[in-house]
Amino acid sequence: MAKLIKNQQILDDTWQVLTLDDGADAATVAVPAGQWIVPLAVWQAQPALAARGDVAPLLDGADDPADLADQLGTLSLVAVNFPRFADGRGYSIATLLRSRYGYTGELRAIGDVLRDQFNYFTRCGFDALQPPVGKYTDAQLDAALASLKDFTDPYQASATFRDPLFRRHARRAA
Amino acid sequence: MYRYDDYDQQLVDERVAQFTDQTRRYFAGELTEEEFLPLRLQNGIYIQRHAPMLRLAIPYGNLRADQVRMYGHIARTYDRGYGHFTTRHNMQFNWCELEKMPEILAKLATVQLHAIQTSGNCIRNTSTDPFAGVAEDERIDPRPWCELIRQWSTFHPEFAYLPRKFKIAVNGAEEDRAVIRCHDIGLELVKNEAGETGFRIFVGGGLGRTPIIGEEIASFVPWQHLLTYCESILRVYNRFGRRDNKFKARIKIIVKSLGVDEFRRRVEADWAHFKDGPSTLTQQELDRVAACFVDPDYKMLPKTDAGYVQAQADSKPFAAWVKRNVRGHKRPGYASVVLSLKKTGVPPGDVTDTQLDLIADLADRYSFGEVRITHEQNVVLADVEQSALFALWEQARAGGLATPNIGLLTDMICCPGGDFCSLANAKSIPIAEAVQRRFDDLDYLHDIGELELNISGCMNACGHHHVGHIGILGVDKNGEEWYQITIGGRQGNLTHLGKVIGPSFAAADVPDVIETLVNTYVAHRHEGERFIDTVHRIGADPFKQAVYGDKTPAQRKVANG
Repeated sequence: MAKLIKNQQILDDTWQVLTLDDGADAATVAVPAGQWIVPLAVWQAQPALAARGDVAPLLDGADDPADLADQLGTLSLVAVNFPRFADGRGYSIATLLRSRYGYTGELRAIGDVLRDQFNYFTRCGFDALQPPVGKYTDAQLDAALASLKDFTDPYQASATFRDPLFRRHARRAA
Repeated sequence: MYRYDDYDQQLVDERVAQFTDQTRRYFAGELTEEEFLPLRLQNGIYIQRHAPMLRLAIPYGNLRADQVRMYGHIARTYDRGYGHFTTRHNMQFNWCELEKMPEILAKLATVQLHAIQTSGNCIRNTSTDPFAGVAEDERIDPRPWCELIRQWSTFHPEFAYLPRKFKIAVNGAEEDRAVIRCHDIGLELVKNEAGETGFRIFVGGGLGRTPIIGEEIASFVPWQHLLTYCESILRVYNRFGRRDNKFKARIKIIVKSLGVDEFRRRVEADWAHFKDGPSTLTQQELDRVAACFVDPDYKMLPKTDAGYVQAQADSKPFAAWVKRNVRGHKRPGYASVVLSLKKTGVPPGDVTDTQLDLIADLADRYSFGEVRITHEQNVVLADVEQSALFALWEQARAGGLATPNIGLLTDMICCPGGDFCSLANAKSIPIAEAVQRRFDDLDYLHDIGELELNISGCMNACGHHHVGHIGILGVDKNGEEWYQITIGGRQGNLTHLGKVIGPSFAAADVPDVIETLVNTYVAHRHEGERFIDTVHRIGADPFKQAVYGDKTPAQRKVANG
């Protein structure tokens, strides 16, 4: 079963990710019963999915979070895909969802989600991190929780630190 | 200089701890080569031809004497007794073992040195004018702004995996000595009509294989909004920059393809939502940082020191050094000194452990314990009393740091090239040395006057060959090393890209070609006219004619251009 790191705890997770095969039609592809994360194209082409409550949209790097802006108040899960860990578009998508669009539900990073990026993920607003199934042993995943706290007091404002360091603390006069 | 508080120190210490664990997991097989790659790069570690190379950040070129001594210690203990100053305010060590890197970084952290974001697809070290704070033509001191940018860009969570590297430079003087229009973001400090400080912002400049001069994206951004505006530029780049082709991934490519107007529209549309947000700078924070960059405790001195004038009259070598290596200073009786790392026979920018110790001692003795590094790969002591210059010169000369050639042909910018760098197509250090030997006669060199010669071992252009008055680019032709020559490039306010004069040359021919170019200049120059001005006045044709004559390229031993 897939593992999910949420609120600094390791949980079992039952959501599945629907992939749209080449040639498949986003408007007609079947979304089976159960909890499904579906590509934005499917989410947009099948408006009825929003009413199910157990389907959530997935944003890829090239997707525009503005397309979900009107629905964000009612969504409880949005996923962002990292096709390769070195593809950093998802960090900006998360930042936009949290700050510009005010999304407050679960924001989940999926795909090539590795522990050495955990700290940056959470600071950009991801509160749920899902490494690839089988990537880490249970012991490694436990150890990986430490990466969430790599930096105690970072300089920047972010999802986890509303203010930058210079507004957070009275810094010593030089 | 900026002084760390506990928060700054904690972040650097935590970085060392993080990378120590990452290195441990790499050697334990828990991190793949591919996964470890960006982690080590963002800690300054390249795997080079011979050994890993460690690139350390010199934030906006400023160092304390004790930090320079630490470089000496690292060079002695972990390297082969020398290091190399790069063209972007970095120090590189070429022979450190990967296993020792965490230990080296931990030692460096004790004196506030680090290798954070000196490589990788992230925001790199910010660069600026080596004469910041002392230049006579300075409008606004760029250093506090560089420090604010350093803090904002260090471990910025959103911009650690950009499409490609990202470089920012700041200029606050009349003359741009930071090459700001060849940076991803170039910041020019300006005042508006109301006398308020702000930034004229250029975007999309860069050298490399597609050299482009940056374009103006904003004529005036008030200082409070510097960080949010830069964030919006970075965010648009991070989302829309090309990731399919490494050679088209720099911001300059998307700025060109969208056009600067459309790029600006996207940036400002994003900025509208973040402007005035928490990242807006405060007067209190600016004041706190700026307080680190107030003038040192200058003495009240006469404008000209009589002993200094006399010493120049008495010693021709001292006078020659003063002419080239000493600059004016905003305070009466003071001067700035450039210690040359361009002695013939030594790779440009290379410095030994004993020279590092000497530089630190000279800084402590004569310049308030501070040192700056220039992008031309020399060392600046910014605040020296005129009366101390003769003594300083004697000590620097004994240490091989007083070659009187600043701004002259032998003061060339040169990347490490094929001797060290795994990206290079051709060697650059032996070319530099061959040219230096050809022009070793000081009287001849001084007669030629100001001439900037820049050498890159490949089209990545670390040696800034595009903006050299003469540029030399190493190219690979069927496995052989050839050299393409450009003329007419320049840095500064009139930044201009040089033009290729014709087909490339074998290494052995390069000194002849440079000499022919110089002779052509000497034959055509007006009195007092610099090489670059002659090139722009008479055009490239007389130079091409002199080099290639009537021979067609096929008749010469050349590869196609």
